[in-house]
Amino acid sequence: MDLFLHQVLAGLATGGIYACMALAIVMIYQAIDSLNFAQGEMAMFSTFIAWQFMQWGMPYWVAFFATIAVSFAAGVAIERVVFKPLRHASLLSHIVVFIALFAIINSVAGFIWDFTIKSFPSPFGTQSLFGSGLISMHDTGMIVVTLILLVLLFAFFRYTRIGLAMRATAENPESARLVGIRVGWMVALGWGMAAAIGAVAGMLIAPVVFLEPNMMLSILLYGFAAAVVGGLNSPLGAVIGGFSVGVIENLAGTFIPYVGRELKLTIALTLIVAVLTLKPSGLFGKVVVSRV
Amino acid sequence: MTGPLLTVRGLNAFYGETQVLHGLDFEVAAGGITALLGANGAGKTSTLRALSGMIRATGEIVFNGLSIGGRATEEVARLGIAHVPEGRGTFSRMTVDENLQLGAMTRGDRAGIAADMERLYGFFPKLDQRRRQQAGTLSGGEQQMLAIARALMLRPRLMLLDEPSFGLAPMIVAEVFDILRKLNASDGMSMLLVEQNATAALDFADQAYLIETGNLVMGGTAADIGRDENVRRAYLGY
Repeated sequence: MDLFLHQVLAGLATGGIYACMALAIVMIYQAIDSLNFAQGEMAMFSTFIAWQFMQWGMPYWVAFFATIAVSFAAGVAIERVVFKPLRHASLLSHIVVFIALFAIINSVAGFIWDFTIKSFPSPFGTQSLFGSGLISMHDTGMIVVTLILLVLLFAFFRYTRIGLAMRATAENPESARLVGIRVGWMVALGWGMAAAIGAVAGMLIAPVVFLEPNMMLSILLYGFAAAVVGGLNSPLGAVIGGFSVGVIENLAGTFIPYVGRELKLTIALTLIVAVLTLKPSGLFGKVVVSRV
Repeated sequence: MTGPLLTVRGLNAFYGETQVLHGLDFEVAAGGITALLGANGAGKTSTLRALSGMIRATGEIVFNGLSIGGRATEEVARLGIAHVPEGRGTFSRMTVDENLQLGAMTRGDRAGIAADMERLYGFFPKLDQRRRQQAGTLSGGEQQMLAIARALMLRPRLMLLDEPSFGLAPMIVAEVFDILRKLNASDGMSMLLVEQNATAALDFADQAYLIETGNLVMGGTAADIGRDENVRRAYLGY
């Protein structure tokens, strides 16, 4: 029983990271209708920036928030410089650019900080919570930070005018223009926020998976799985999907013979295929019907 | 009535390579109501879309002394031109309240926005009963009223109305036009109306133009147009 509970809690902790990645993916998907394959690499680069800040002597939390600010600005800049000119380009052009970004960010990070594995500090410590042995301080911290992030995002979209304008842009860009919303800037803002959320995810997972240019590869896959399970147009679904994928992955890895550590990633891919086959809009997504 | 609020000269518009409007000239007087009449596919909706910068257009568009040709849709809206689009453009996953707030997105005066919302809920009691309801669940008539109310939240100088009678029962059509007439009288709001329902439009407007396959073929006061033999036979059915 203890093992079961332990695995569920650990699953929730990593699930929080998947939820953050899924949220970032969903935000960009809503803005430009395609999956950002470079999301994980953007998060990895942000984490390196945080590491660099700390190398220069910044305290953890200063580096944490400075990294979020830098990532936000970089996300806006990527949209303005790279994707704004591509606004009317085809889906395929977007995908090619995403893959290019992926490769560029990955190799630039390797060039600047090289490919050796670095340790990344946890602000919460690694001892177990209240000495219970069930869940570590860092895992608890990951869950708490994820939940705080969600509440902030929810409040932003629900109660602020700019949040309302962003939702309107995602739902109906043409009508949004007609009421005078500067749709291009809303899309850029979405990119900035996605980059900032990704930075949080990267900084929280880095103490677990260690810092190196390929650290986000599998995390991104889990994030895609979470977003697909929850529904690509549902932020709430992305979060629930993230936590579910984290828990399912851990339980299957522990209790299903033969799955073990090696096949854990396969579970994410199986989930993607299963959901796309059985319920393509995801558990919480809306079915979009288009008339031709 | 003073000079024109909107002057259009030689307006051409294109969908890709296909030209859909050919050199239209027309005006909307300050405080006036102008109707564009024509059959399905004549270019009425395209005219409004060209004015709002939603399709590629050439020619001269002067609004309130300012040339607005070639501006982005959101910038046209910010100048005080509210467009009630074909299909109503409802934000269907949002509540009625949120739809109205979105209409006022260009404004910063919170108190004024709240006051305008109350005023519009007074005009449209059916919307008042459904403030927290998802807009997508409203009936066609209610969504049309919501689209008009949302456009009014911009406090526009000029409203572009694309077939406000479309798909509505005759009683609701009368109600919608009645409210628009009141707003025209009380706020001096100018309107450019596109309609297939020529009877209702000529009754409502003071100026009218007739479009056929992207060309203006006739223009004048609504009363004169309504008396024209050919218009009556082709569009009014008597």
